[in-house]
Amino acid sequence: MQLFLQQFPIVIRSLNVGFLQTLKLFFVTLIGAIPLGLVIAFGSMSRFKPVSVFSRVLVWIVRGSPLMIQLLIIFYFPGIVLHKPIWGGGEAGRFAAASAAFILNYACYFSEIYRGGIQSVPIGQEEAGLVLGMTRAQIFFHVKLSQVIKRIVPPMSNEIITLVKDTSLARIIALQEIIWAGQAFMKSSMGISGAIWPLFFTGVYYLACNGILTLLFGWVERKLGYYKV
Amino acid sequence: MLRDISFTMEKGEVLSIIGSSGSGKTTLLRCLNFLERPDGGAIRVGGETLFDAADPATQREREVRRKRLRFGLVFQSFNLFPQYTALKNVMLAVELLAKDQPEYRADRRAVHERIESEAKALLDMVGLSNRMDNYPWQLSGGQQQRVAIARALALKPDILCFDEPTSALDPELTGEVLRVIRSLKTDDRTMIIVTHEMGFARDVSDQVIFMDGGVIVEQGDPNEIINNPREERTKQFLARYQETEY
Repeated sequence: MQLFLQQFPIVIRSLNVGFLQTLKLFFVTLIGAIPLGLVIAFGSMSRFKPVSVFSRVLVWIVRGSPLMIQLLIIFYFPGIVLHKPIWGGGEAGRFAAASAAFILNYACYFSEIYRGGIQSVPIGQEEAGLVLGMTRAQIFFHVKLSQVIKRIVPPMSNEIITLVKDTSLARIIALQEIIWAGQAFMKSSMGISGAIWPLFFTGVYYLACNGILTLLFGWVERKLGYYKV
Repeated sequence: MLRDISFTMEKGEVLSIIGSSGSGKTTLLRCLNFLERPDGGAIRVGGETLFDAADPATQREREVRRKRLRFGLVFQSFNLFPQYTALKNVMLAVELLAKDQPEYRADRRAVHERIESEAKALLDMVGLSNRMDNYPWQLSGGQQQRVAIARALALKPDILCFDEPTSALDPELTGEVLRVIRSLKTDDRTMIIVTHEMGFARDVSDQVIFMDGGVIVEQGDPNEIINNPREERTKQFLARYQETEY
């Protein structure tokens, strides 16, 4: 017990640093993937065939292969195959590569959620807007968007909670996120070696983070609950 | 599929279109409102050619948007915007249109207030002055349809079209909507009503068209067509209908 109490503050400090990296990857992914997903969604719904085929094939490849493989390919491919290491060295380079892989991966998942949301708005809403002389942009922003958001909050919250946990995959390219930090104590880190509990303890961080997200999404759902679609 | 559809109306006239499902009534209204594009023919209102299948210039998106304002359309399934109150439903399109006008840029507040008071007057006219702040889900079907009527009127269309406005309503609510539509009949309000309410069509209309299989089978005076149809197909169709009180 005494040993545990001695180790605890050291471990927490180290896990905090790792978790900060986890959070950074999480937010960067969201900031990139939320708008990019919309672009891909419009791409797959495009009436211009090459665009829609390209978007759908992209979504198929990204959703159809493991994120871990995508991370490895995006990180190593430019350097090993093209002999152009674009990501730079060190933690910053690994973070950039991880962000690119996560943004692309999550944008594809988000795009399918958006597409489902947009297509589930009844055609009558668009027609009502048209006969009232609205432009297509006005119909999208003033009529459909709010209904789409209301419909996609539950599936998006699912996906975003998964993202928090998926960030741990970035360990495969040695990004020093929280699991990486926890695992380090099994070998040796900051004078502690052979300790497995720090790794288990990382679960508390994920739980706390997802608890906050669950509350947040619940609040958003309640906020949008004033009308029914 | 519509074939050889041709009719004219005078300003202030009410035209009812009757016929069984699939006869092309709704398609005809959708053509008038530019929701469908006819392969041939032309639509003229007040001397202006709004649409001519042979003239691509009449079919440009921007042109179409301006011209479709000559028509208003009330849908069978209301199609109110669920996220807005009854009042906002009536105001939204008018406000968006006003934003393009120089007077809006000069005095937003005054324009907004004018639009709001006009919308309130319209809701009052359809008997919903006490439900203005309700959302569509808080309203009955009949009330929703009356909001939809006020919304269509807000843009002051030359011709107001109704696509089976009571088909989604039970008989009790049908009556309240029909009463509102009848009250709209004034000297200068032109209306085209697709309906299955034969008694209503006979009492309100100046002209009735009976359609079947995409063609106009019979057209003329409402009493003549509904009480003494000449064509066998019209007779068969009318034999199936009972009148709803309104």
